[in-house]
Amino acid sequence: MTSAPFPTGSIDGVRGRAVVLRGNDIDTDRIIPARFLKCVTFEGLGAQVFADDRSEQQGQHPLDRTEHQGASVLVVNRNFGCGSSREHAPQALLRWGIRAVIGESFAEIFFGNCLALGIPCLQASTTTISAIQAAAEAAPASELTIDLNPAGAELEGQRWELMLASDAQKMLTSGQWDATRQLLQHDQQLKATAARLPYINGFAAG
Amino acid sequence: MPFGEGATALSSATLYDKVWALHQVAELPSGSTQLFIGLHLIHEVTSPQAFAALKDLGLSVRHPERTVATVDHIVPTTSQARPFADPLAEEMLTTLERNCQENGISMNALGSGRQGIVHVMAPELGLTQPGMTVVCGDSHTSTHGAFGAIAFGIGTSQVRDVLASQSLTMNKLKVRRLWVEGRLRPGVYAKDLVLHIIRTLGVKGGVGHAYEFAGPAIEALSMEERMTICNMAIEGGARCGYVNPDATTFAYLKGRPYAPAGDAWERAVQWWQSLASGADAVFDDEVRFDAAAIAPTVTWGITPGQGIGVDEAVPTLEQTPEEDRPLAQEAYRYMDLQPGQQIAGVPVDVCFIGSCTNGRLSDLRAAAEVAVGRQVADGIKAFVVPGSEQVAAAAEAEGLDAVFKAAGFEWREPGCSMCLAMNPDRLEGRQISASSSNRNFKGRQGSASGRTLLMSPAMVAAAAVAGEVTDVRTILPA
Repeated sequence: MTSAPFPTGSIDGVRGRAVVLRGNDIDTDRIIPARFLKCVTFEGLGAQVFADDRSEQQGQHPLDRTEHQGASVLVVNRNFGCGSSREHAPQALLRWGIRAVIGESFAEIFFGNCLALGIPCLQASTTTISAIQAAAEAAPASELTIDLNPAGAELEGQRWELMLASDAQKMLTSGQWDATRQLLQHDQQLKATAARLPYINGFAAG
Repeated sequence: MPFGEGATALSSATLYDKVWALHQVAELPSGSTQLFIGLHLIHEVTSPQAFAALKDLGLSVRHPERTVATVDHIVPTTSQARPFADPLAEEMLTTLERNCQENGISMNALGSGRQGIVHVMAPELGLTQPGMTVVCGDSHTSTHGAFGAIAFGIGTSQVRDVLASQSLTMNKLKVRRLWVEGRLRPGVYAKDLVLHIIRTLGVKGGVGHAYEFAGPAIEALSMEERMTICNMAIEGGARCGYVNPDATTFAYLKGRPYAPAGDAWERAVQWWQSLASGADAVFDDEVRFDAAAIAPTVTWGITPGQGIGVDEAVPTLEQTPEEDRPLAQEAYRYMDLQPGQQIAGVPVDVCFIGSCTNGRLSDLRAAAEVAVGRQVADGIKAFVVPGSEQVAAAAEAEGLDAVFKAAGFEWREPGCSMCLAMNPDRLEGRQISASSSNRNFKGRQGSASGRTLLMSPAMVAAAAVAGEVTDVRTILPA
């Protein structure tokens, strides 16, 4: 758990200790079990992240280990965040302290939800992820530095190239990852789009 | 040329291409597209924080008339009297009611005759129509693609964006055509087909893609069956899946409360027909299946991709691709199943028929056909949860509730129920369920050690009467 400020403005990189969470196809039900979705705010979710996995591992879950307290980079494997669209999952990770995720691949909705919160999800090959995971586990007290443009990570003198979708890269580095205002700027285009869709006026004649 | 013009003239365009082009508002500096949203469905779980954020920004709902609400995830299925026994559930519903009232949004409330699981409710009211873009803060929004809509799940920040602007930021997906030849054999259902597809292509196979389901086997499916297929596109990693609109689609829509009527109906059908993928449509890739070769399919593991035919055995490590072996080992342990063990004959504790995947009238009919004249096996808890108030009323009108009750099933009120653990319906301890829902993730059905076997509603009914996983084809009349 962290009291670090939430992301704002342009995000060029993330620096922090890394925590490794191994496994393919880790779904959002595991990241935040559904019973914790009974809430009308996201505020309490940080303590509940991976609740059932952590309970099962009785203090040995990576997020519970002493050396990972205060970590801010999560290193995962393939198809992380699949399943339910619940934004509660990245919200819980954010409130635990995660500010960037590196993995082999991400489920799309999870990736988009992270982007909307200013959490970059960066990709690398299976081989590179294995190397980062091994390096991070060997040096849990060292800080990993992530750059978004060009996308890469560095830990104790080792460097790895990462991949970040170009639109996500532009949105994060320009500070325009929080889209609402930008979308509203196109008032005329929104009206024009609605006007060319016949279902908007119930397929009225003419 | 403005966005979208001319797109419908191209016979090489897919439905996805055409609908995308028509809904493009602008290109954003990041290179992403601002996409107009035709129908926004909301429910109590993923909307409260979005409304709160909207208020913080001092913004209002741009198109309340294109936003429709219902309550589904948290409702109890035994008694739906207010206030709910669970104060958190009550607070969520009260918050949704207040947000709808303050913003002029139509709410299909409990007892209105129109409440239901959001992906059952919208189609049956005729809200979902071909050519629309449909979003909801729920991954199973892909269901609505059955109508030839481009429909996908979004997170709460995007719910906020759509409330504020009736649009969101999106990137265009690739389109993969899944061509299904032949016909499903008796005792094999749409659920089996989609479980088979996910088993074949994997749970991440569809990432970055929309799935177009096409071919003779798909054309032969009813709208409810098409909804089952599209519902689970997301379980294969595809954020949206769709079927081209055809006579089956139009026949389903005609006369529904929100469907166009009179002269408008003819104009609507003409427009809808123009949106179907052209004869020369170009797909990014294509995968072919033979419907006749598919058996009733059951998941044995902890992802929807870990499925096998009911006549097969749990795959051994040697039969599993190397990269999938750690997950297989985790699944053997969690499910307490042995590699090489036949899935038929695995005893079950709980049998659940319902959910946005399989909680529609035809699903209940298929299960009732198995249940009629039989009895739920001793010690099995079996229950049926209609997907909506309309489904419940229709099922009761034809006596399906009586069939189920006579067989020892409980007949419940509509809601998401035991698909996910947000209401009182949940597994306890290590219980193992035969479930017509969509996810067999660890802990999904409400117990951190609870186990789920996904299958068709008829297969769930067969498991209920046999007390163990059973090939429904041995029960149904030949």
